Amino acid sequence: MSKINITVEINGQKKSAEVEGRMLLVHFIRESAGLTGTHVGCDSTNCGACAVLLDGRAVKSCTVLAAQANGRKVVTVESLSDGGKLHPIQSAFLERHGLQCGYCTPGMLMSAYWLLSRNPSPTEEEIRKGIAGNLCRCTGYQGIVDSVKLAAERMKEAK
Amino acid sequence: MTPASFDYLSPASLEEALGLLKEHGDDAKILAGGQSLIPLMKLRFTSFPYVIDVSRIKELKYIRKEGRKLTIGALTTTAELEESGEVRDEFQIIHDACSNIADPLVRNMGTVGGNLSHGDPGNDLPAVMIALKARFNLQSASGKRSVSAGDYYKDTFTTDASPEEMLVSVEIEIPDGRFGAAYVKHKRRAGDFSVAGVAVAFSLDGSGRLGSAGVGLTSLGPTPLRSAGAEKALEGSKPDGEGVKKAVEAARADSNPSSDFYGSREYKLFVLGKIMEKCVAEAAGRAQKEGSA
Repeated sequence: MSKINITVEINGQKKSAEVEGRMLLVHFIRESAGLTGTHVGCDSTNCGACAVLLDGRAVKSCTVLAAQANGRKVVTVESLSDGGKLHPIQSAFLERHGLQCGYCTPGMLMSAYWLLSRNPSPTEEEIRKGIAGNLCRCTGYQGIVDSVKLAAERMKEAK
Repeated sequence: MTPASFDYLSPASLEEALGLLKEHGDDAKILAGGQSLIPLMKLRFTSFPYVIDVSRIKELKYIRKEGRKLTIGALTTTAELEESGEVRDEFQIIHDACSNIADPLVRNMGTVGGNLSHGDPGNDLPAVMIALKARFNLQSASGKRSVSAGDYYKDTFTTDASPEEMLVSVEIEIPDGRFGAAYVKHKRRAGDFSVAGVAVAFSLDGSGRLGSAGVGLTSLGPTPLRSAGAEKALEGSKPDGEGVKKAVEAARADSNPSSDFYGSREYKLFVLGKIMEKCVAEAAGRAQKEGSA
């Protein structure tokens, strides 16, 4: 099977590689680009731990071929913090118990980031629907919902 | 998990894609958003020598509304359809279905054409298109044809499209006057496939009786189903009358669900009755407001 050359812009940096058509985007991000913040959780399109933005929309990177992202822009969890300074969504998760074991957190953060980029003042119901593609087996979700609410308030204040 | 090896092809235009389908026929599979296909390939339930990624064909990404006619390009994502104000206001039944497909992350990748052509009896849009009596426009290198949604589904994962054909657009036209339509999906958890789903669409005449009706069913047989029996039972009846009970019985007779993870056969047929009553009532409420579906 022939390999193909792809170039994906990840967090503003172009990454080129020769890949097999069957390579998944999450493996391109973790292994070719070396960005291991994006987790492989269920590997079966259920849990959303692998969520990244593809051309501005949150998607499950275990269910996208690396080749499908060729020539497109990917944003991963590594892009959220600014140097050592946490993004308001990250600090809100820290303060409001938005995580326990942390495995789902990269995906939760990216879904929350995408939700708040479209809807800066979501209701609780909109938050719950917005993270419906992300599973967390520790928190029971309440801490996550509270974190997203707090992040929304802080991000509005900062504007 | 990784799919079995394949050659990845990425046509930039519809013409190029149709040429590749003609060349490779049965050896090729169309990849649109991949949200159903990639999981199946990862589990090695299926594999293909060639995968044709059609997602770069911009000419098939559109939503066009002209009066009471809606045309949707096959590569429009289900999220784009869900977010469309025109669809939400005037074709609420489509919004009902789109906002219930899997979860937001899946909807950001998954396409209308993929949801309709995968042929999974659990997919939500087929029943809606069957109820709305939509036309599916298919194209191949040798020509174009159109098939009604109710005639498109042949078996599980098998549609009327030949290996050389591709679904390029869907056309829906709702009749003048009072018209109502709704889709009700019953699921156990967020993001799940349905236990059962019912789509109903009908005209309402001056005396409050149902005119021509369309009924589509999700997860109630080997394919998305049209219930001609339920359509006949609804026609001429009142939306809250005996006709609805008869329609439920007819829909049960037209269904053939198997017991599985989502519920027993008996439970699915029970749910069908409950959600059909709800769906007819919802559609009737919408029909009171002229000019929407």
